[in-house]
Order: sequence, then structure tokens, then C-alpha cells
Amino acid sequence: MVSQVMGWIDERFPLTKVWREHLAEYYAPKNFNFWYYFGSLALLVLVMQIVTGIFLTMNYKPDARFAFASVEYIMRDVNFGWLIRYMHSTGASMFFVVVYLHMMRGILYGSYRKPRELLWIIGMAIYLCLMGEAFFGYLLPWGQMSYWGAQVIVSLVDAISPEVALWIRGDYVISDATLNRFFAFHVIALPLVLLVLVFLHIVALHQVGSNNPDGIEIKNHKDPVSHIPLDGIPFHPYYTVKDIVGVSGYFIAYFGIIFFLPEMGGYFLEENNFIPADPLKTPPHIAPLWYFTPFYAILRAVPQKQLGIAAMGLAVLIFFLLPWLDRGVVKSVRYRGTLYKSALTAFVLSFLVLGYLGTLEPTIWYVNPLARVCAGIYFGFFLLMPIYSRLDKTKPVPERVTS
Amino acid sequence: MNHLKSWNHSLIQGFLILFLGLSCAGVQAGEEVKLDKAPVDTSNLPSLQRGAQHFMNYCMNCHSAHLARFDLLEQLGLSEKQVTQNLILTDAKVADYMTVVLKAKDAQNWFGVPPPDLTVEARVHGADWMYTYLRSFYRDDQRPSGWNNRVFPNVAMPHVLWALQGQQALQRQGGQEALVLTQKGSLSPQEYDQFVGDLVNFLVFMSEPTRSARLHLGLWVMGFLLILFLVARALKREFWKDIH
Repeated sequence: MVSQVMGWIDERFPLTKVWREHLAEYYAPKNFNFWYYFGSLALLVLVMQIVTGIFLTMNYKPDARFAFASVEYIMRDVNFGWLIRYMHSTGASMFFVVVYLHMMRGILYGSYRKPRELLWIIGMAIYLCLMGEAFFGYLLPWGQMSYWGAQVIVSLVDAISPEVALWIRGDYVISDATLNRFFAFHVIALPLVLLVLVFLHIVALHQVGSNNPDGIEIKNHKDPVSHIPLDGIPFHPYYTVKDIVGVSGYFIAYFGIIFFLPEMGGYFLEENNFIPADPLKTPPHIAPLWYFTPFYAILRAVPQKQLGIAAMGLAVLIFFLLPWLDRGVVKSVRYRGTLYKSALTAFVLSFLVLGYLGTLEPTIWYVNPLARVCAGIYFGFFLLMPIYSRLDKTKPVPERVTS
Repeated sequence: MNHLKSWNHSLIQGFLILFLGLSCAGVQAGEEVKLDKAPVDTSNLPSLQRGAQHFMNYCMNCHSAHLARFDLLEQLGLSEKQVTQNLILTDAKVADYMTVVLKAKDAQNWFGVPPPDLTVEARVHGADWMYTYLRSFYRDDQRPSGWNNRVFPNVAMPHVLWALQGQQALQRQGGQEALVLTQKGSLSPQEYDQFVGDLVNFLVFMSEPTRSARLHLGLWVMGFLLILFLVARALKREFWKDIH
């Protein structure tokens, strides 16, 4: 009976074929480590954001008069509305935690290198899309930080072209018109783009196959008869079962925050965002949420506004060039030399310090000078990479993956 | 001098935070008044009931809490009748939002700024800030209201609770400024601390009525996830036995 149904479907839709090619007979390297949880986790977070988002839109009102109150209505009068809202607000920040770790994995093991350049570029497009999604979404609660954060970001566009800024806002200031269109972008336009990009990301991944912590191709050593990579194991059941462990671990952190620290000390939900938006009252200190602060720190560190905007944009976009900036003979950090490892360590530290500096008020004397030093290291990591990655004394790479 | 001190203070603070990799949003560079810990316990119903009473008697004449309804108070172990008879001082129904008749424009004229809505105010400043703030008013003839505040300098609100606390003065003692009680109120300092503690506890409750439910449910969820994690790990090990 079951095989008959499957046969009926398979004649009309390649269900068994898709199942085999992408799960049961998709061979992934057997040596994935901790870092390899974050790809599937990112997919899970995306789905959870969409589902919680759907329930939020059922009660949220994208109207400047009612938006703030409707969020509190969700928190108070909607059954388990508080849980859905915290899942969505915490999920937004956790999405960036997961995606940053996922990107870090790619950098550590050279997953952007040939033949995975397109995979990396699609991934970067997802990251850009996610930044837009977060930015548009943050206006919706219509608190002071929502309002003034949006004002600051759109003012950057204003500094380049006032006409475009006016077109984006639909008004001369952030207003009801802006809220309405940001709502449209947040709940339909960007999620659609995100879903398409994620689909393409997985198609591209399954075309080239997964990289692994050794940075070597498992397809180079196949079984002569079955043509299965000797170091590959079927994604299902091995990695589906393993990813359940990852999901459980992730949920402990995620729900731990939701239930015990939903504001995460002001980093996931800012205190000032519990004050309704007031166009006449500029808060003394405007900071974006933590996931934008490294770039915000770079923006503020450059004394000239347009140049600052250019530097901030470059800081994000430069990741796209990574596949061609890296001239190393090995992919994985495991077989790189001291030179590359030092550069990578300096880069990660500068990114973290920039992120911290971006949350502080720029009037504190060390903020901008230190941000300039870190920005120098940040850009140096990328721009000098063609040189140091080639000079780097690498170690010999094994033929087969190590356990 | 004062400026230099706070500058130095923020410098040390900044580096400590930077190097320990710790950070706390409550720590603001240059903040001088040390905040006292508020006795917050949103499962303490008697405290919340007293706090609700204080709120209705002393705050809700000027401050609204218009994102919450009166039936919120039924969550404090009170019946609808108790709420209607004792805590609603107007002809409002329990399902009505907690609004005030004070017009923003009038308030602007009288105080300089309209009193903020207090529904989620505890999430803006934090309980410790409110607890310290409400105990830090002192007499200041320079201010139009005759009152000033150590935590919120030049605040527009007069000391509404002065008859309870009494009057404080800001005095210099051995190089440090301190608040001294110059005229007793109807409550002793301990009683006043408890009064404010209950009030702040209620404000915390009102800012997030589901707080207790959240903390309670959280323990069950964590317990479940911990078991799920252990089972998932065992399952993974079983499946992966043959992979080496």
C-alpha cells in the first residue's frame, strides 16, 4: 500500500529522489564538530521567527497611534502572547548569534574557498537580507529606540541622497507612513527573499558538498564500487540525529534567555524601547542592537560622515570578496601557520571590541580612538590577506579526514 | 573636580568591563548615586496588594497606567468586588484601562512635563532605580516645586510621599553628600522603605504581569529540555557507534 502510494507520487513528483539526494544519500563528512551545528540551527531559527511572527501579526497594529500599545496588549491580554513575543525578540538576536557563528565556521575552515564561492556569496546575501529584516522589524514596537534608531540609519541615507531618504521614509521624519512600509518589508518582502535565498544556499551546498574541519574534499576518495565517499556518511540518520542534540542544546540557551533574562540586560530588549516613540524627544544616547554595533562603531570612528558611511558599508560588503582575497594553499585553520592564525585572532578580537564600543556613548574618550585602531585591524585582516595568506607557513594536509 | 572623578570612574569601569568581558547595561558611565537593591518578589501577594493600594492612592492621580486594565489587580488574589470597592477610586469598570483625567496639556503647564505613563516604567529604569529614586527626594528652595532628587536631579515631580517619609535635606558630611531626615514623617524610615518597596514591587508586577508565570513555567521548560538533551545525546551515541 505504502509503496503503491509512493509509486503514484514518484511518477508525478520526485519525492523519493529528493529524499535520497538531499537526506538519505547525501554524504556529509563524518568529522563535523561543534561549529557545524549552526547551519541547521539557522534554518530552525528562521522557521521559528516566521511562525512566531505570524502569530504576532494577528494582534500587532502597524499604526503609529496603536503600535506600542498593541505590543503591550500582546504581552498582557493575548494568551501566551508574552511567550510568543519573547520568542520572536530573543529569536531575532539569537539569529545573529547563530549566523555569526556559522560565518565564523566558514572562515575557520575555509568553507568559502573554491568550489564554494557561490555558496559563500549566497550566504552573504542572506546575511544582508537578515540585517534588513532586523532593521525593519526593530521599528515595529514603536518605542524610543525603534524610532530614533531608524531615524539615525535613515539619516545616513539622507547624508548621501535626501531624495532617496524621503522616498524610504515616505515623510520628512520617521512617521506612520514609515511604520507601515517597514511593516510590509518586515513581514512579507524580506521573508520571501530570505526563503528563496536559503533554498538557493542549500541547493548550492548540495551541489558542491559540505566542507569539513580539515578543509579537504571527501569526494577525492570514493569507494571504487559504490562511488560513495569513503569519509562520508548519510546526512540522515547520522546528522539528523546529531542535530537534535544541537537543537536541544540551543533550546536550553534560547529558552533560558526567554524565561529568565528576556531583556538580556538591555542587549536583546533595550530599556528605552519601553518608552513610546516621541518624535520631539531625542534620547541622549542612541545605540542600535548589539548585532549592528561593530559596524556602528566603525561609522562613528570616521570623522567625516560620508566616509564613515562608506567605511561601514565596506566593512559589511568586504566579506563577499573573501574567496578571492585568501591565497593560502590550505583551507582549514588547522593547517595554517602562525601568521594567518595571528591575523584571524586579531580580527575576531577587533570585531568583538568594536561591537562593545558601539554600545557605548562616543563621548567617552577612548571609544573612538580605540574603534579606529580596531577598524584598522578589521580592514587589515581582509586587505592584507592576499599577502599574509600566501607567506603563511602551512602544515601538510592529510589525504583523509581526521577524527 | 566632580567631573574629573566621574571621568576617572568611567575609565576604570570601562576597562574593567572590557577586560573581564562582562558588561551590564545598568552600569552607566558617570552615574554617581549608588542604587539600593529593591526588594522585588512578584510572588509575594500581600506586598503586591499593599503596593497596588499605594499606587492607587498616591500615583494614579497624575500618572496613568493606560496599557493595563483594573482587572490586572484580580491577579493579586483579590476578587472583582474587592477591586471595585477598594482600589478603583472612580466610576471605572474593572475591564477599563487605568487612565487618569489629568490632561497632558494641563500637566505640561503645571509641572513642565506631563507625568509619564507608569505601566511599563519599571522596565525603563529598573526596580532599583525606582526604589532609590522614591527615597531620595530632598528640600531644595531653588526648584519651583521646592523639591529635588539625588537620583533624578531637577526632577519635575514634587515629593508626593513627603507626609509619609518626612523631609530630607542634602548635607555634606566629611566630603560626601548625604540625605538627612530633618523632619519626621508619619512613617518611620523602615516603614517608609517597606512602603516604597511594596510600591516598586507592584510597579514591577504591572510592567510585566506574566513575570511570575514566566519564571515558574521556565523551570519546567528547562527541566524538560535537559531531559530532551540527555535523551538526544544517548540516541546520537547509539546511532554513531559504528562510525569511526
